[in-house]
Order: sequence, then C-alpha cells, then structure tokens
Amino acid sequence: MNDQVKFTYSRDWLIFYFRKYRRRLILGSFFVLASVTFGVFIPRFVGETIDDLVNVGVTYAKLLRAVSLIIGTAILSGIFLYFQRRTLINMSRYIEYDLRQDFYAHLQKLPLEFFQNYRTGDLMARATNDLSAVRQIAGPAIMYSEQTLFRLLIILPIMFGISRKLTLILLLTMPLVTLTVKYFGDQIHMRFEKIQEFFSEITARAQENLSGVRVVRAYAQEEAEIAQWDLLNRQFVDRNISLVKISAIFRPLLQFFIGLGFAAILLIGGYEIARGRMTIGEFTAFNLYLDQLIWPLIAMGYVTNMVQRGRASLERMHRILEIDPAIADEPDAGPVKHRNEYGTLTEGLRGRIEFRNLTFRYTPDGPPVLRQINLVIEPGETVAFIGRTGSGKSTLMNLVPRLLDAEPGMVLIDNREIREIPLKQLRENIGYVPQETFLFSETLAENIAFGVNDSRAAKVEWVAEVAGLADDVRDFPNKYQTILGERGITLSGGQKQRTAIARAVIRDPKILILDDALSAVDTYTEEKILKQLRGVMRGRTSLIVAHRISTVKEADLICVLDHGRIVERGTHEELMQLNGQYAELYEQQLLEEELAAS
Amino acid sequence: MAETSHHEEEQLGKIYDSKTALRLLRYLAPYKHLVMIALVLTLAVNLVRQAGPLLTKWAIDDYITPAAVGRMAIDEAYRGITILTIIYLLSLLVTLIVGYLQDLLLNTIGQRIMYDLREQIFAKLQRVEVAYYNRNPVGRLITRLTTDVDALNELFTSGLVEVLGDIVLIASALAIMFYFNWKLALVSMLVLPLLIIATTWFRRGAREGFRQVRTRIARLNAFTQEHISGAQTVQLFNREEKALQQFSEINAAHRQANILTIFYYAVFYPLVNLISAIGIASIVWYGGGQVIQNAITIGTLVAFLQYTQRLWQPIQDLSDRFNIFQAAIVSSERIFRLLDTPDKIESPATPQLPLTGERALGSIEFRNVWFAYQDEDWVLRDVSFTVESGESIALVGHTGSGKTTITNLLMRFYDIQRGEIFVDGVEIRQWDLRKLRENFAVVLQDIFLFSGDIAGNIRLGNETISDERIKWAAEEVHAGPFIERLPDKYQTIVRERGAGFSVGQKQLISFARALAFDPRILVLDEATSSIDTETEQLIQDAIERVMANRTSIIIAHRLSTIQRVDKIIVMHKGKIREMGNHQELLAHRGIYYKLYRLQYQDETRVQIEMPGD
Repeated sequence: MNDQVKFTYSRDWLIFYFRKYRRRLILGSFFVLASVTFGVFIPRFVGETIDDLVNVGVTYAKLLRAVSLIIGTAILSGIFLYFQRRTLINMSRYIEYDLRQDFYAHLQKLPLEFFQNYRTGDLMARATNDLSAVRQIAGPAIMYSEQTLFRLLIILPIMFGISRKLTLILLLTMPLVTLTVKYFGDQIHMRFEKIQEFFSEITARAQENLSGVRVVRAYAQEEAEIAQWDLLNRQFVDRNISLVKISAIFRPLLQFFIGLGFAAILLIGGYEIARGRMTIGEFTAFNLYLDQLIWPLIAMGYVTNMVQRGRASLERMHRILEIDPAIADEPDAGPVKHRNEYGTLTEGLRGRIEFRNLTFRYTPDGPPVLRQINLVIEPGETVAFIGRTGSGKSTLMNLVPRLLDAEPGMVLIDNREIREIPLKQLRENIGYVPQETFLFSETLAENIAFGVNDSRAAKVEWVAEVAGLADDVRDFPNKYQTILGERGITLSGGQKQRTAIARAVIRDPKILILDDALSAVDTYTEEKILKQLRGVMRGRTSLIVAHRISTVKEADLICVLDHGRIVERGTHEELMQLNGQYAELYEQQLLEEELAAS
Repeated sequence: MAETSHHEEEQLGKIYDSKTALRLLRYLAPYKHLVMIALVLTLAVNLVRQAGPLLTKWAIDDYITPAAVGRMAIDEAYRGITILTIIYLLSLLVTLIVGYLQDLLLNTIGQRIMYDLREQIFAKLQRVEVAYYNRNPVGRLITRLTTDVDALNELFTSGLVEVLGDIVLIASALAIMFYFNWKLALVSMLVLPLLIIATTWFRRGAREGFRQVRTRIARLNAFTQEHISGAQTVQLFNREEKALQQFSEINAAHRQANILTIFYYAVFYPLVNLISAIGIASIVWYGGGQVIQNAITIGTLVAFLQYTQRLWQPIQDLSDRFNIFQAAIVSSERIFRLLDTPDKIESPATPQLPLTGERALGSIEFRNVWFAYQDEDWVLRDVSFTVESGESIALVGHTGSGKTTITNLLMRFYDIQRGEIFVDGVEIRQWDLRKLRENFAVVLQDIFLFSGDIAGNIRLGNETISDERIKWAAEEVHAGPFIERLPDKYQTIVRERGAGFSVGQKQLISFARALAFDPRILVLDEATSSIDTETEQLIQDAIERVMANRTSIIIAHRLSTIQRVDKIIVMHKGKIREMGNHQELLAHRGIYYKLYRLQYQDETRVQIEMPGD
C-alpha cells in the first residue's frame, strides 16, 4: 500500500487489493465457471445410459462411450477445479499478506499515547482473528459464491427441463438447508467464541494458582483454591453443554432437510414416471443433480456468515488504520545543520534543549502534568531531575524524543521548534534509557546494537563495559550471543537496565536520557557506571531522572519536581543551602546511613 | 533436573501401553449406562440411514418400472410409492431424533469426564510436593490441564463411538451390496485402494503443511506481539524500516506455508471427484452389462450408485480417527503420570499436637539439619539454631547461601534428609501439615497478587477474615490510604499479577495479607528493588508493625531491618558461620563485618542480584 493512500471506508481497503489482483480474480472466476460446466455432465450421461438400459437399446459400444464421457469430463472439471483453488485461494493469502503488512506498518507509526489506549491483546486479536476473518471474504467466500451461482444457473434450467413441478417443489425445501447452516453456523460460532473466552479465563486461573503455589501452600489455601477451581470447571462444562445442545441438533437437522428433497423426488418423480411423463434415467439424473446442489447450498449458509463476520472484522481493523499518526514530521520539517569544529556546515544536533513556559496535559480537559516549566539545557550539560512518583519527571523526558508532543513553541531543540526537526534525525541523536526496560528476544549483541547499523563486536563489548554489563556477560555461556527472553535466559532487573544503557550509549548520542535507569542497580555499581558515562558523555547533553541523591549529586544542575513544577533548582551545594525539599530528602537518606553506622 | 524431565516428555510418545487404554476406559465407568444407551443409538441411527437407497430400489423395481411399462395399474403404483416415501420420511425422522440424542449423550459424557479429569489434576497439583514445581515448568502443567484433557474429550466424543458408527455404516452398506450382487459389489470397491492412496497422500502432505503453518504463525504472532509491546523502543531507535523488513520476511514465509497447504487441497478435491467418477463409471459399465444380461434390476443399479457415493466420507474419516486415538493415548499417558506422582509430603497418620494446644507459641528449633534438593548437593549443612517465641532473627548471606531454603523447610515445602526441625517442640513431620502451615504468614520477595479484588488478595480464600479486619490490617501497614484513593477502594480489581500497582504498593498489600492472618510466625523475604524514599519509610514502618508480638524470620536486605532483630544469622555455603546481634557481629570482625562494609555501608537499600533465590 502506498503511504499516501487513505481509505475512507473499510471496504475500499479491500477493493484496493481486489484491483491489484484483478487478473487472478477474473481468471479464477473463469476457472470456477469451467469446472462447474464440465462437472454437471455426469448425471446426464448416467441418466441416458439407464434409459437406454430400460429401453433395451444399449450396446457395449454405447456403454463404453458413456463411461469415457463420465471419466473424460471428470478429468476436465478436475483440472479446472485445481486451478480455481490455486488462483482464488492463493489470492486470498496474498491479500492477507498485504493487509497484514499495512496493518503492522501502520501500528509502527503510532505514538505512545495510542499504545496506552489499546491493549496489546486487543491489537493482537485484530492482527490475527480479525485478519483471518477478512481473508475468508477475500478468497473462499468469493470462490464458494461463484461455485454456487454457476451451478444453480446451469443445473436449475436442466432440472426445469426434466420436470418443472419437481424442481419447483425442491426450490421450496432446499433453501431450508441454507437457512439451517446460516442459523446454526452463527449460533455455534457465537457459543464457541464464548467458550474460548472462558477457556482463556480458566487457563489464566490455573496459571495463577500454579505460579503462586508457594503462597497458596504457605497460607494453607489449597481447599479454597480447589473450591474456586471447581466453580470455574463447572461453569466451563455448562457452557460447553450449551454449545453441544445446539451443535448436536445441527447435523441431524441438516440431513433431515436434505433427505426431504430426496423424498420429494421419490414421491413426485415416482408418480411422474408411472404416468410416463418422466423416464427412470431422468429420475436418476435428478437425484444426482440434487446431490451436486447440496454442497453449494450448505456453502451459501457458511458464506453469508463468513461475509458478515469478515465485514465486522474489516471494520475493526480499519478503525485502527484510520487513526492518523499524531506524532509525525511536519510538512516543512528539515534537517538541523550546525558548524562543526572545522567550521563546515554539517547535519546534526548540538544538543541544546529548551523548555519554554511548558505546560502539558495528557487530555485537553485533564489536569496539567507539567506546569510552567522554563529550563534551558546547554550542549554538554548534565541535568538531573528528582521528585516523588507522579511529579512529572518521566513525562518531561518523553517530550524530548517526541514520544509525547507538547503544544508548539514549548519544546525547542537547538533553538528550533521540535516539530520542525525530522523525527528520524531527532531520535537518531538521542540515547534513551526508559524506566521499564524492553528487550527483544534476540541475542544480547543484537539487543545492544539495536539502534545502530554498525554492530561490530568490539564496539558492543566496549559499550557493555561502559554500562557495567561486561562482567556479567563473561559468566554467560554464549557471551554476547546469548539469546534473551522466552527462548533464552532471563536477565535480572539490573542486568536489563545495564543492557538498555549499553543500547543507548552505542548510538553515540548527542543527548542521553536516563529515566530512573539505575533503580535496580546497587549504588556501588551505579557509581562506577556514572563515572564511566561522564567520560563518554563529555561534551554531550545528559538528562538523569533518579530517586537517590547519590545518583544526582554530581550533576551540573539539579531540578526538584513537585506536582509538575520545578520547585527548586541548582547544584547539590546550592540546594543544600536552600534547605528545601532537596535538603529534606537528603536528610532522610542520610538518616538511614547514620542508622547504619550506629 | 530439567534434562531428565525433557527426556521423560520425549519418551512418552513412543510407549503404547494397553494398560493406559484400559485405564482410560475406566473413566467411562461412572457413566456406563449412558454409554450403553449411546452405543445402541449409534448402531440404530447408522442402520436406519441405509434405508434411502434400498427404498429407492424397491420403488423403481416394484412399482415405477412395472407401472411405466404398463404391467401395473397406476393407482396401485401410486399407493406403493406413497407408502415407501412415508417409510423413508419416517426413517429420516428417526435419524433426526436418534442422531440428536446420540450426539447430545456422547458430548455430555465427554464433558463430564473432562470435568472429572480437570478436577483430579487440579486437586493433585495442590497436594504434590513443591519440589515437583521445580522440575516441571508451569506451562507444561497447564498443558496437562487444558490441551491434554481436550485430546481425551476428542477421543470420547468424536473418537470411540463415531468409529463404531462409521464401521457399522460401511459394513451394513457393504452387506446390502454383496447381498444383491457380489460381483457388482466387488467392482464398486475397485476404486477403494485409489481413494485410500489419495487420502493418505493428502493427509501426509497437508499435515506437513499445517505443521509449517503453525510454526510460522507462531513466529509471526510472537514477532507482532513483541513489536507492539516494544513499539516505543522501535521508534526511539529508528528501527521501523528494519523491523518492517523483518516482518515482511516472516509474513511471506507464513504465506508460503499456506500456499503449500493449498496445493494439497487443490489436488485432493479434484482427485476425489475423479475417483468418484471412476466409481460411477465402473458401476455403469459393469452394472449396465449385468442389467443387459438380466442379472440385476435397474433399481439395484441405482441403489449401488447411491450406496457407493455415501461410502467415501466414512472411509476417509476412519484414518482421521486413528490420529485422534494416538493423540489421546499420548495425552492420557502424560496425565496419568502426573496423577501417579507420589505426594511425598503428607500429614502423618496420627499427627501430634504441641502441649500448648492448637495455637502455636512460635518457638522454632533447627537441630543438626542437613538438606539437599538433589542427591548429596548439600544446601544446608548441619544447621542448628533456636528462636524463642516472639523473637526475631535475620538471615544474612550471599545468593545461594541457603537463606531461602531455611524458610522453605520450616513450612515443610521440602523434607530434610538429616536432623530435626521443631515448631513448639513438635518435630514438623509430626505436625498436621495444614495446622503447621496455619502458624505462618509469608511475604515473598516476588510479591504474588491473584486476580480478583484487593480485599480478596488480603483474605485469600479465608472467609473467616471479615471486611473490617481487612480494613484494619491495611490501615495498620499504611496500605489504607492508597487503597481508599482507588475508585473502587477495597473492591478494586487486581489485574494479572498486580499490573498497575507499584512495587511498593504490592508490598504493602502483602503485608496487610500477612497481618490479617495473624500468624504466630512471620516469614519475610525482603524485596531488593528500590522505591522512592517516602514509600520506603512506609514499608519500614509496616515491617515493624507486622513483626510486633510474633516470631519473625527475615531474609533481610535492608540495614534498618537487620538492626531491629534480636539475632542475626550469617549463612555461608549452607553453614551458619556467625550468630549474634549487629554490634556483636561487627565487633567479631568476621564475615558479617565484611558483608556490611561491602554492601550495607552508606547504603539506604541493599541491592543484591538474586536470580537464584
């Protein structure tokens, strides 16, 4: 999909791809027609042979001719059937691929705020269940509808030709087959979905109990847990039986309605033959024709449900797709240039950050999270932010790489409104270590070199050293090739944080942001890391968020945040003299130290 | 340990044990009357289903043809045809009703058995020793409860009886065909090998295709999930293009696997149609010849055409059912193995009560305790210490020094190999397990919150703890204020594992839990993660309140906690190396002194990575 294309209606999205694959669509439809056309001859040959037999007008030559025609047309029909499936169903897989690509590419562009509003599970459901429902329209539904249509168009006139009366009667009973499938198919699907939901619940419950086995045992809660489980187990069985009640009637009822058709042929056909208005061959052919119509009639029931579900799913996916990425390049954004030490103009940030009268709200009518922040950070400065949980520190950090957007004119980088800097250039120059570390289930080296194209081992090892990770890695059997996550090892909280620091440092960023990035590291190691970082970050801008005084006291400037405001600012010494919140915090932490010394 | 379990898992698939099959059948025993009825119904419904072609044959031979050639009066033919049609309609009605009842019955039985199994497995998992959980990851145990039980359901519902139904259907159709003309019956069966070959080829190919699709969809989903969760990281590090390219590769691999599967379907369906056409052709050819020679009637020929058409499906199904059998046997082996695991740690037949009565005083003694999780890998060596009622001790030492093990042994999560452990003067193996554990409340480092509301998490399953008591306990440990600020207060729903609560809040909730149970003995494994100073102080104060008036054993990481206890036990490599209070141990200038200088000095919090604890 072209990036510029936007679809107003969800169906346009699908139509776009039908256009793209129109050759397949047309060719496939032709194959369906051909396959159906050759397929309908068999009942006729059988019927004619039987009539010949009854009239004693048959010879072995005639039999041979009938037999070769039956097999011959079956082969022809079969060949087209093969191509029909390979054209239309394959097409549905190509469209599925394209839709999934679009959906994923779009998700990647959406900002932090979006992912706070939509849970991962919800998005996954759209990318899996909904997509597969949409695919059903894009292939199987088309194929089966065409098959049904063509068969009815060809077979019905033939049946009319044999017996108008009988055909009309069948036209009365046969829709019952379709309706049964439609109604029951829908009901079964709905109940099944509910059971699946409940199944996740019951699985989650078991997971919880088993993972918490020590707590359960320690508090002697086994009986209570069994009683709770029993309740869920009973409900689960009840739901299943409510499905069974519907599904058990479905197949027998379908067979019953199909049987009614054959009963009608037996009765009416019998009368007609006795009266000489129909031959036994035609009677047999009629039976076989009905046989050929049964599957298409059943399929129609499924197809209507497929289309219904598919449309709803398409709509659900489209609702995500139509969300505009709120944080994107402005049309007039252009790369920042500055003069380097040789006096030539080069692309790149210097790392000056300015918050100008910054007030920030998550929602227009929500409470301000940051109020009236005025702060200039010159390139090369280290500024620390301290304050209690919820004081706005992380929000402030998120504004720098534009994970969040403030109002225009409030955040400036290198004296330019932040929106005018291309997103790519902005983020390229930032090394961000978030509060909660997210690592990918790849190797440690791949995780560290996540944001750079140059992933030479020496460089990876060097930044690991800087981040205080190298000693830990020496103990891993596969060193930097150790796979993380489910398939590999689980890092401790401290190791994760240090990996994230290495990942940020390897980008050689002009601005380094540590958002409470050392909380799971002991002070001893922290001291070491901070010292090494100071060396690496010489001449670059660093923003550090922390709880501990020890982390922040060396900073050029310390800002104390409280309820979204900077209430104190200065160096460690200045703030101590001020004898305000910072000094109080220091006293508190010192008290603990003295307790330790006593 | 992990290796042997993995090995066990592998082996199971290979063993086919007829004992397993018999034991499975025993699960039917409680429902044997229902099963008998289901069997009879299955038999009935499949026999009645044969009526259609037979009635058609009679109609053609006995009424339609005679009337058509003028050998029978039209009225008489009408009457005959009408009667046969009515019989046919009746047979349809019987099939409808009996078919419904049979399906309902079978599925109900299947569901009941699943219920029984899930209950048995779950109850077993509540009894089996904690060490079992070390050997078996939770994911595997969940599979026993869900997937494996489901496989057995398949066996009981669509497996056993349906196979019988298919066999009855095929056998009765064949019997009728052979009865009318054995030669034509044989000719009709000529295409059978073709059908079986085609079906086998298809199933093998499609299975491989599906296997590929499954692994690739798993990869695709894992990638998507990870990159949705880590979307911010991807954006911050400008990885969008690279990630999209990776995604498109995985996406294309998935498409390719599907297209392979489509190929098998695309070949199989036309092939079955062709085989069916060949079947029809051979009946027309040979049957036609028989009619010419007057060996069979036209009606028989038509009936043969109909019978062969309805044989294809059950024959194809049979091979499918065999796979269900295999899967069920493998699953049941796994389930039975779990059910047969000895509980190991049980209450003695005649438990002893401490002289003090039901409620323990909370005195503890370890007397020359040796313990290993496995073989002779001693985790504790000759550990002896006593804690008087109301006293508090802190266990201090490096990761792997045996601190956590001591608390685990105290609650009899594991049994010791040598030595004795006394609680209130009674050896713990003489205690009733439940009564023993009721004396304790534990707060683990990794706080475990259950889904449900906050009140439920404090009370757990103990209904005797009143709402007032919960509120009191929460207030006492300073969890009250933040709970009161939540929209639904104590009824606020805790999401999976307590997501949405801060580490500090989770700790306070678990303190409230411990306090609400009012145990004689508190076991506390302090958390190591850092929390903002204010919350930190709340936690310190909460710990003090929970410790008051009870025996406490604390695996301490905070210096303030360590200094508050009556006795510090320094563990090193499974041995008690030093014991005494803070000042004594500092004066001793031993391990504690070194530990203190290394980790605790000028520290508000102690950060030790403890992956193994």
